[in-house]
Amino acid sequence: MDRLNETLPRYALAVLSHIALVVVWYLFVKLGNVPKFVMPSPVETLDALLSPNYGWWANIAVTATEIFGGYFLALAVGVALALAFTWSKVLETFFMPLLISLNMIPKVALGPLIIVWFKYGVLPNTLIAFSIALFPILLTTARGLREIEPELLDLVRGLRGSRWQLFTKIQLPGALPYIFSGMKVAAILAVAGAIVGEFLGSDKGLGYLMLQVQVTLDTPAMFMAVILITMIGVALYGMVLALERLLVVKDARLD
Amino acid sequence: MTEPFIHLRNVRKVYRKGHEEFLAISDATFDVMPGELVSLVGPSGCGKSTLLKILAGLHGHDGGEVRIGSSAHAFDPSRDVGMVFQAPLLLKWRRILDNVLLPAEILGLPMAAARERANGLLALVGLSGFEDKYPYELSGGMQQRAAIARALVHDPKLVLMDEPFGALDALTREKMNLELLRIWKESGKTIVFVTHGISEAVFLGTRVVVLTAGPARMADNFEIVLPYPRTLEMKTQERFGDYTRRIYKLLGME
Ligand SMILES: Nc1ncnc2c1ncn2[C@@H]1O[C@H](COP(=O)(O)OP(=O)(O)OP(=O)(O)O)[C@@H](O)[C@H]1O
Ligand SMILES: [Mg+2]
Repeated sequence: MDRLNETLPRYALAVLSHIALVVVWYLFVKLGNVPKFVMPSPVETLDALLSPNYGWWANIAVTATEIFGGYFLALAVGVALALAFTWSKVLETFFMPLLISLNMIPKVALGPLIIVWFKYGVLPNTLIAFSIALFPILLTTARGLREIEPELLDLVRGLRGSRWQLFTKIQLPGALPYIFSGMKVAAILAVAGAIVGEFLGSDKGLGYLMLQVQVTLDTPAMFMAVILITMIGVALYGMVLALERLLVVKDARLD
Repeated sequence: MTEPFIHLRNVRKVYRKGHEEFLAISDATFDVMPGELVSLVGPSGCGKSTLLKILAGLHGHDGGEVRIGSSAHAFDPSRDVGMVFQAPLLLKWRRILDNVLLPAEILGLPMAAARERANGLLALVGLSGFEDKYPYELSGGMQQRAAIARALVHDPKLVLMDEPFGALDALTREKMNLELLRIWKESGKTIVFVTHGISEAVFLGTRVVVLTAGPARMADNFEIVLPYPRTLEMKTQERFGDYTRRIYKLLGME
C-alpha cells in the first residue's frame, strides 16, 4: 500500500508534464497564429497520422527493426567482447587500446561507407546503429567486470575459490549495474544511428519519410515522424529501465 | 603445556615489484594459543594487514617460520580461516542470509546444513529477522555483524579481523566490542584482531602484540590479566590504564 502511495503520484505527474507540453504547443500555435508549414498544431499533426498515404505502419516497422536490431546486436557483441577481455589479459591489452581509438571515429561518418558496402536498406542502417551503440556497452561492461574490491578478492582467494566462482558470484553480478548504465546511453545512440542511416540513403523508414515530405513542406507529417521515432526510443529505453528494476537491487543502480 | 595454534618465528616479508624490493615485515615472532583472542597493534603501514594475509595463506613469507595448527588442531587454510575487514564488503545484490552463505557456497559445503548454521549465526550476532534484507537496509554496525557471521559460517578455526570496527562510531564500536567478546566465548574461535584502538586492543585481548613502525619488528607481547567477562567499567581500573600507557609508550606517543 505504501508503495502504491509513493509511486502513483509520480506516474501521474509524469503523465501530467507530457500533457502540459502538448497544451503549451497547442496554445503557442493557436495564439501565435503560427502557419501550419512552420509548426502544425497537435491536432493537425494527429491528422497526418490518420492519412493512409504515408504508410506509417510499414515505416515504423522498418525503423524499429533497425533500432532494435542494431541495439541488441551491440548488446550481444559488446558484452561478449567485454567477457572475453576479462578472461584473457592478452586479448584485453591487445584490443582495448585499439577499441578506444576506434571509439573516437565519429560513427556517423562511417555511414556513407557502410552504404557503399552494403547498398542502402535495413541492413546498413542497422549496422550504423550497431556501431554507434557498441562502444558504451563494451566499455562500461569491461569496466564493471574489472571493478572488484581487492579485499573481496582476498576473501574468495582465501577460500581457494575458483576463477569461475569469482566470475559468477562476484564479477558478473557486480558488473550488471555498469552494463545497464552502458545500455541506457546506447539506447539513445542507437536511435540516432538508425535515423542518420535513413537520412544518408534508404528507401523506407521514418527518417526516409521525413526527407520525402520535406520537399512538399508537409510539416505535420514531419512532426508525426519525429514523434513516432521518439516513441520507439522511449519504448526501448523503458524496456531497459524495466529490466534494470527487475535485475539490479535498488542500491546498486548507477543512475 | 598445550601447543600453540599459531607459531611465528622471525617471519620476514618482502614485497617485490620488478627489481624493486620492499621489506614490509622484518621480524614477527609470537605464538597464539588455541582459543586466544590476540590484539595486534602497530603504527599505520607497519605490516599488520600483510601479516594477516600471511596467516590466511594469501601471501608467502620470505624467511622465518610460520606454523599454524597443531596435532590437536589440524589446520586447512582454505576451510579454517574466516576474514573480517574494515569494510563489511557485503554483496549488494544478495540478501543478508545469502551473503552469510557465500563462503559455504564457495567451499561447496552441504547447503541445508549451512543455511541452518547461518541462521544460528545471524541470531548469535543479533541479526535475527534481517535474513531477507538487503545490505543497504542495514546500518554500518549491522552490516559488520553480518560480515562477522559470514566469517564464521564455514566454522573456521581461526578468525582474522583487520580493523573490523575502525569505520564505526565510538558508541557502536564499544557495543560491538562487547558483542565480539560474547561471540568469541560462545564460538571458541582463535581470533587475531588488528586494531588502531589501543584501549580496544587491551579491552578485547587475552594478549596484545605490539609491532614497531614498518618494517615491523616485535615491540612487545604481553598478556592482559583482566578477567572475562570484561565490562566497560574495567576501562577505568588502574591496571587497564597501565596496559594502555605501556602501549602508548611503545608507540612513542608519550
Ligand atoms: N601488495 C603490496 N605490494 C607492495 N607493497 C605493499 C603491498 N601491500 C602492502 N604493501 C606495503 O607494505 C607496507 C605494510 O602494509 P600493510 O597494509 O601490511 O600495513 P598495515 O600495518 O596494515 O597498515 P594500516 O594500519 O594503515 O592498515 C606498507 O608500506 C605498504 O605500502
Ligand atoms: Mg592494514
